[in-house]
Amino acid sequence: MSGVPFGAVLDSVREGSFWMPPDASVTTQFVDPVFYYILGLTTFFFVAIVAVGAYFAIRYRKRSDADRTHPSAGSHTLEAVLAIIPSILMATIFWVGFRGYINLSVPPPDALEIRTVGQKWFWTFEYPNGMVMNTSVENAKLREEAGLETGLVVPIGQPVKLIGHSRDVLHSMFVPAFRIKKDVMPNRYTSIWFEATKTGTYDFFCTEYCGKDHSRMITKVIVKEQADYDAWLEEETKNSAKPKSGSELFAQGGCTACHSLAGVAGAGPALNGLFGRDEALADGTSVKADENYIRESIVNPTAKVVNGYAPVMPPFAGTFSDEELDTLVNYIKNQK
Amino acid sequence: MMLDTPETPENAEDAPAEEHGDHGHHADEPSYLVYGKEKGFASFLKSWLITVDHKRIGIMYLISVLLFFAVAGFTAIYFRWELMTAAPDVMSGDTYNKAFTLHGGIMVFLVIIPLTPAALGNFVLPLMLGAKDVAFPKLNLASLYVYWAGAALLVYAVLGGGFDTGWTFYTPYSTTAQGPITWALLGAFTLGFSSIFTGLNFIVTIHKMRAPGMGFFRMPLMLWALYATALTQLLATPVLAITLLLVAMERIMGIGIFNPDLGGDPVLMQHFFWFYSHPAVYIMILPAFGIISELVAVHSRKRIFGYGAIALSSVSIALIGFLVWGHHMFVSGQSELSGVVFSFLTFFVAVPTAIKIFSWTGTMWGGSVRFNTPMLYTLSFLFLFLIGGLTGLFLSTMATDVHLHDTYFVVAHFHYVMASGAVISFLGGLHHWWPKMFGTMYNETLGKIGAIIIFLGFNLTFFPQFVAGSRGMPRRYHEYVSEFEGMQYMSSIGSFVLAFGLVFVLCYLLHALFKGKPAPDNPWGGVTLEWETATPPIEHNFHHTPVCVRGPYDFPEIDESLGNGHH
Ligand code: HEC
Ligand SMILES: [Cu+2]
Ligand SMILES: [Cu+2]
Repeated sequence: MSGVPFGAVLDSVREGSFWMPPDASVTTQFVDPVFYYILGLTTFFFVAIVAVGAYFAIRYRKRSDADRTHPSAGSHTLEAVLAIIPSILMATIFWVGFRGYINLSVPPPDALEIRTVGQKWFWTFEYPNGMVMNTSVENAKLREEAGLETGLVVPIGQPVKLIGHSRDVLHSMFVPAFRIKKDVMPNRYTSIWFEATKTGTYDFFCTEYCGKDHSRMITKVIVKEQADYDAWLEEETKNSAKPKSGSELFAQGGCTACHSLAGVAGAGPALNGLFGRDEALADGTSVKADENYIRESIVNPTAKVVNGYAPVMPPFAGTFSDEELDTLVNYIKNQK
Repeated sequence: MMLDTPETPENAEDAPAEEHGDHGHHADEPSYLVYGKEKGFASFLKSWLITVDHKRIGIMYLISVLLFFAVAGFTAIYFRWELMTAAPDVMSGDTYNKAFTLHGGIMVFLVIIPLTPAALGNFVLPLMLGAKDVAFPKLNLASLYVYWAGAALLVYAVLGGGFDTGWTFYTPYSTTAQGPITWALLGAFTLGFSSIFTGLNFIVTIHKMRAPGMGFFRMPLMLWALYATALTQLLATPVLAITLLLVAMERIMGIGIFNPDLGGDPVLMQHFFWFYSHPAVYIMILPAFGIISELVAVHSRKRIFGYGAIALSSVSIALIGFLVWGHHMFVSGQSELSGVVFSFLTFFVAVPTAIKIFSWTGTMWGGSVRFNTPMLYTLSFLFLFLIGGLTGLFLSTMATDVHLHDTYFVVAHFHYVMASGAVISFLGGLHHWWPKMFGTMYNETLGKIGAIIIFLGFNLTFFPQFVAGSRGMPRRYHEYVSEFEGMQYMSSIGSFVLAFGLVFVLCYLLHALFKGKPAPDNPWGGVTLEWETATPPIEHNFHHTPVCVRGPYDFPEIDESLGNGHH
């Protein structure tokens, strides 16, 4: 608690400007000038109105001997002027904001398309060549131990379009340094685009509240030179072709967010000792937990919901290949 | 030249004779606070609980609302403490999510919406109209009981484990998450009826029960504001009710309306929700406009600048407010075209709001401004609301909203608008009408100190949040990247100052309630009808129906012979 010096305020605005985070994409040009235009106008009006108000309040304070013989209780001309001038200025604000928004909405035709999947509580990026980058906290930890970077890796100077989709509730893709944001939904695709202008690492946040670990649903955008990017992609593609172990898949799927393997119930039941047990279901029936049941629980969890739990597990159909599902089922089966 | 204005209880006795007209001051008749007392405590309590007296209902609303305000405030302090550092240390993520949901839910549904209309409004509206009561006194009492019922449901949901959907109840999270969410939905649904009852009552009362001589354009602006508020309550609340009911039905019966798994559409829920909740912003802010109009005129001893403009802009804000809900959804996946239309329409609300700010400022011009507690709150409101309104432009502009949506910038913006709007103006109004409500005076020096502490605490709490937000910090984050620590730390310190200020005000007001000097009938020299009755008023407000013989801001010291006043 203690020890946050107010100097931290200054530290925190070191990067970027006072108001804005670092500027690392061509898309910032659709937002920042508009922001500063509005900031200029509003600051001017703020200062003017406060000054006039303060002047009136002090000049006409009760004990002053100001001239009060011609007080005004309204003037239609003055009122009209004070309505028309802001209206015109607001029309200009609307217009620049509209133009910026349209530019933010229309990606260049040659954009690199990366599918972005949000689910409780991590992001997955699917590259056009089929390589999948999973950014769950557990997976990121495993990768870090292996010396690998985790995040959305993109080449500099290349327009990128993120096609967003959710596996469960609403989430939102947000990259402050690029000034882009869009909600992702389970029932339709949405998209945003950017073209990075500086190499470096930038925050990628979820900005639509999505439950328990909403504030941990964050990752990084890592911008590389084209050659570095190509090398990275080749390496990652090769890695992802290697079969993964059960624990890797369990981490990658973000299963640990809801399931413990040590007997502690979380958002979902603990999975150790599951195999072979008679599982009571929410509809009153029960089922023997065999391989088929475990597999179905992963691919289509709402088919049989465990008694005492809400049907909040996202379906993982399509996330794992057949071999991977086998490995995963086997892994769970062996958790005693 | 201006006459010296009555300010202290002593010289208030010299106020013009009409102020003491034959309406009040019948020593034989007990005030509304005490009648029924002689029959013993139990029957006195009962006489309050089954009263149909708008004043007693207003006071009971006041107590209930302040109680919930305290709960929501303590919750906020609790999570501001957590947010002082980037790492999670004070509470778990789950608790944090429940805490901010509790804060938002209580503040919106149980505090700000009823705060001024149901608590202060109930007390002053019939008095200002020169009426004996509202049009439907029993409906008025019913609205209070419905409020308690709704509150009980929400409390039940909180005690039953709490819920973490945010006050916005966005689907499909709210239809799939665990917890007593259905109870919370039913609570908010029930509270809607309380709001509708009050709105309906006020509309009919204003139409039918104005004192003889009081045309619509002789009404105090507080009444115009309450009228516009009531219209919005009546027209918008049913949409919220049906939305919450649909969410509840989806939860209970699995009917697919908003959840895509069942064939529904989550964006539809957002449309429904904001169709109510944007106008709800005006339910919260229009009463504030009313209070400020009264306070700035009375304490500047001046006719309000642009009466017609203020009166009509309230109504036009209420109406245009129905057409702008989509500005909450620029990045939610609604079509670009809808976004453009909603952005465009939103700027139309900004214009009447700007006009009001100019009018209030202009009212001080050539007046005789008293720097007392109500006036300090008025000036504080003008400053804070100006910031809130101007920062709204960043959010109604599409390009900047893409960056700022769902960040702390939005959090700061709506606290500047709603907390300053509703709470600061309410505090101003409470100090202004306090003598009339309770018949005692509070300590003026302490009042001013309290207003200043609250002003400073408020800015320290919320201004840093603008910077955190525009630099990219998302809202509803329990832990966060460390670069925002400085801003969040400042904000937390500010919230402690703000809380201290509020407790300070509570203390001296409680002291005034029991030990305060008796208040004169008209301590501020107001010329609206509520000042013509006894202090505190008698059960039926007036002995004889008062007659409205002048405009609401024709103060005696305004010297007509100099030709000022009308344009
Ligand atoms: C958002 C939380 C969440 C995530 C993430 C999640 N689950 Fe679940 N899971 C649940 C819940 C809740 C249940 C119990 C309700 C149900 O059966 O659908 C459950 C049930 C199960 C069951 C059946 C358990 C039993 O006791 O019968 C299995 C097996 C399972 N999950 C595996 C997985 C795997 C593997 C992953 C990762 C690929 C995963 N889950 C990710 C929440 C989650
Ligand atoms: Cu989220
Ligand atoms: Cu709105």
